[in-house]
Amino acid sequence: MGREAAAAAEKGQGGTAYTVEQLVAFNRYNPDILPDLENYVNDQVSSQTYSLESNLCLLRLYQFESEKMSSQIVARILVKALMAMPAPDFSLCLFLIPERVQMEEQFKTLIVLSHYLETGRFRQFWDEASKSRHIVEAVPGFEQAIQGYAIHVLSLTYQKIPRTVLAEAINVEGLSLDKFLEHQVENSGWVIEKSQGKGQLIVLPRNEFNDPILKKNTADSVPLEHVTRIFPILS
Amino acid sequence: MANDEERLQAQDLGYDPNFVPDPVKTFVVHLYRHIREKNVYEIHQMYETSFQTLSERFFKDTPWPSVDAVAQYVDNDHVFCLLYREMWFRHLYARLTPTLRQRIDSWDNYCSLFQVVLHGVVNMQLPNQWLWDMVDEFVYQFQSFCQYRAKMKNKTEQEIALLKQFDQAWNVFGVLNFLQALVEKSTIIQILEQEKEGLEQFTSNDGYDYNGGSNVLKVLGYFSMVGLLRVHCLLGDYHTGLKCLEPIDISQSGVYTIVIGCHITTIYHYGFANLMLRRYVDAIREFNKILLYIFKYKVYHQKSPQYEQILKKNEQMYALLAISLSLCPQSRLVDETVNSQLREKYGEKMSRMQRYDDEAFAMYDELFSYACPKFITPSAPSFEEPLVNYNQDAYRLQLKLFLYEAKQQQLLSGLRTFLKVYSTISLAKLASYMEVDEPTLRTILMTYKHKTHAVDSAGKIISNADVDFYIDDDTIHVVESKPSKRYGDYFLRQVVKLEKVINEMDSIKLE
Repeated sequence: MGREAAAAAEKGQGGTAYTVEQLVAFNRYNPDILPDLENYVNDQVSSQTYSLESNLCLLRLYQFESEKMSSQIVARILVKALMAMPAPDFSLCLFLIPERVQMEEQFKTLIVLSHYLETGRFRQFWDEASKSRHIVEAVPGFEQAIQGYAIHVLSLTYQKIPRTVLAEAINVEGLSLDKFLEHQVENSGWVIEKSQGKGQLIVLPRNEFNDPILKKNTADSVPLEHVTRIFPILS
Repeated sequence: MANDEERLQAQDLGYDPNFVPDPVKTFVVHLYRHIREKNVYEIHQMYETSFQTLSERFFKDTPWPSVDAVAQYVDNDHVFCLLYREMWFRHLYARLTPTLRQRIDSWDNYCSLFQVVLHGVVNMQLPNQWLWDMVDEFVYQFQSFCQYRAKMKNKTEQEIALLKQFDQAWNVFGVLNFLQALVEKSTIIQILEQEKEGLEQFTSNDGYDYNGGSNVLKVLGYFSMVGLLRVHCLLGDYHTGLKCLEPIDISQSGVYTIVIGCHITTIYHYGFANLMLRRYVDAIREFNKILLYIFKYKVYHQKSPQYEQILKKNEQMYALLAISLSLCPQSRLVDETVNSQLREKYGEKMSRMQRYDDEAFAMYDELFSYACPKFITPSAPSFEEPLVNYNQDAYRLQLKLFLYEAKQQQLLSGLRTFLKVYSTISLAKLASYMEVDEPTLRTILMTYKHKTHAVDSAGKIISNADVDFYIDDDTIHVVESKPSKRYGDYFLRQVVKLEKVINEMDSIKLE
């Protein structure tokens, strides 16, 4: 879930990724960088990193020279974008892909998957995803990323959530779910309550979105930069 | 030079491109002198007023004299001729329909002009209005060319041959690379950065160079950032467009606010991009500010050639504001003046849009189509038979995706109505009121949360919900957000304003 800057150094890919980020920053309207960007997509998939900038750059180049477009690469970009939710990256990519390409079967499926995630229909999402294993299993980390997004939305919405609802959202049940909950209790501050005759109730940590008391009154906070504007006057 | 074409034109239209009326001769002679002497004020007067007056008087529906005819009066100065041709083509596009040949020639002229500027050999100071118009027109002609090229169906063989031969003209790579080159070569981004630390004077000089140098490259570089924002919006790449604009701080005035056309274009595209990125609050805030500004100051621009454009963009932004507020009801963000104008123009349509039935989508469609940029397909056409018109493809895609997003938010307004009425309510009860089962209600509640919590440019989650809630097992607790006054901001503004007044008073010398 979320956007991860491509930290190439960490992954020991020193050469390629560092150069690609530079290409996108300084050479982005150059058709010659297309092969580098395509390789970078494959790198992102195999090393579980992500770069929105570079992928948008590639989709733009495909837009400029439509004969060079690779459906497979576009599909991979879309899956990675889906994994970046709640960021709107998936839509950003669709804006750049011609309509007739979006009518292809694999893209229609991805659009349906995105639709389910955007509208909180996790059960339908996992059903559909299991029917399209070939698309989603091609990208490692997919399941975890979507589970991360599901937990994000649940954390916005619930203070206390029934176990069944959680299970459906992250597609984990039984012993695996028990293990998962144990891990969350230990590391993320989750608490498990026993509800009267209804099964487990999971208490999620409070944050500014699910607890009115913690709601930051951002409207009146002034960025430091703006305050510095009057320093010359005050002195 | 398209001399043959012009001679043919002369025969067709009964006008001679080599005839230079005396007032026009005087005009170019004076303009040339003022440019050489760097009299920016005079240049501006001639550019804004005299050019328009002469156009109205002599060239209402014909082009200005050819550059060859006037070159003799200006020492055949190469750079002046490039500038003259730029105005020549701009006038042509405004009053007539350019032929393909003329479009290609205009491209060539821009290439020559920008290359001269990029090589750093110009020593002129030109008015900001003119420099903005150059960038604005450059992008406009690119957009116009793409629209023209995409209508392949009725192209003549001659036109197709020319298109194939001059495939570099208005090529998207060329356009983007020129704008990017102007940004980079002018080092405008570093200049703006250094200005924040007091190491540079750019904004405080309105972009002009008071050290005997030229403002042309720097200011063209600055305006090119707005040009890039515009081109990226036309391509549907909103994220990158906003990134190109980042070095300009739109929460303050700057060189972009000096020319009203630039100010409006910047905010229009900024707002539109944020709308498509679902950052509704950012869009609403900026639309509100600019619409208020136009309301107050448009009377000063009534005589200007940009007046019509200003009015058009004004109307379009009201439509975009109506859309934004229908998707994200936060009317407290809107000034009373703007709000009353909005209610007058779109009050009825907005209440229909917030109903989320089929009619609502027809409204969204209508307003979006009226207000959106003229999206383009940047790739070269296929010359294979059958030739088709595909100039609407890009627009149709953006519209489709926008309506798709509006549709996903369909049930939220119904939910919102209930949330406003209750402080707590059980899931079971709300489900029965909304006529859905509980699992469906849970998905609706999560959709509401997801759609009202946008991800900003730094990756942070920002809530734009006017009414919010949280769920405790099977009970919904509603949280009303209290509108708060922005005291901090208000005080800062007043401090700066008072300081300005005091400084102005200090500088007055009394007899």
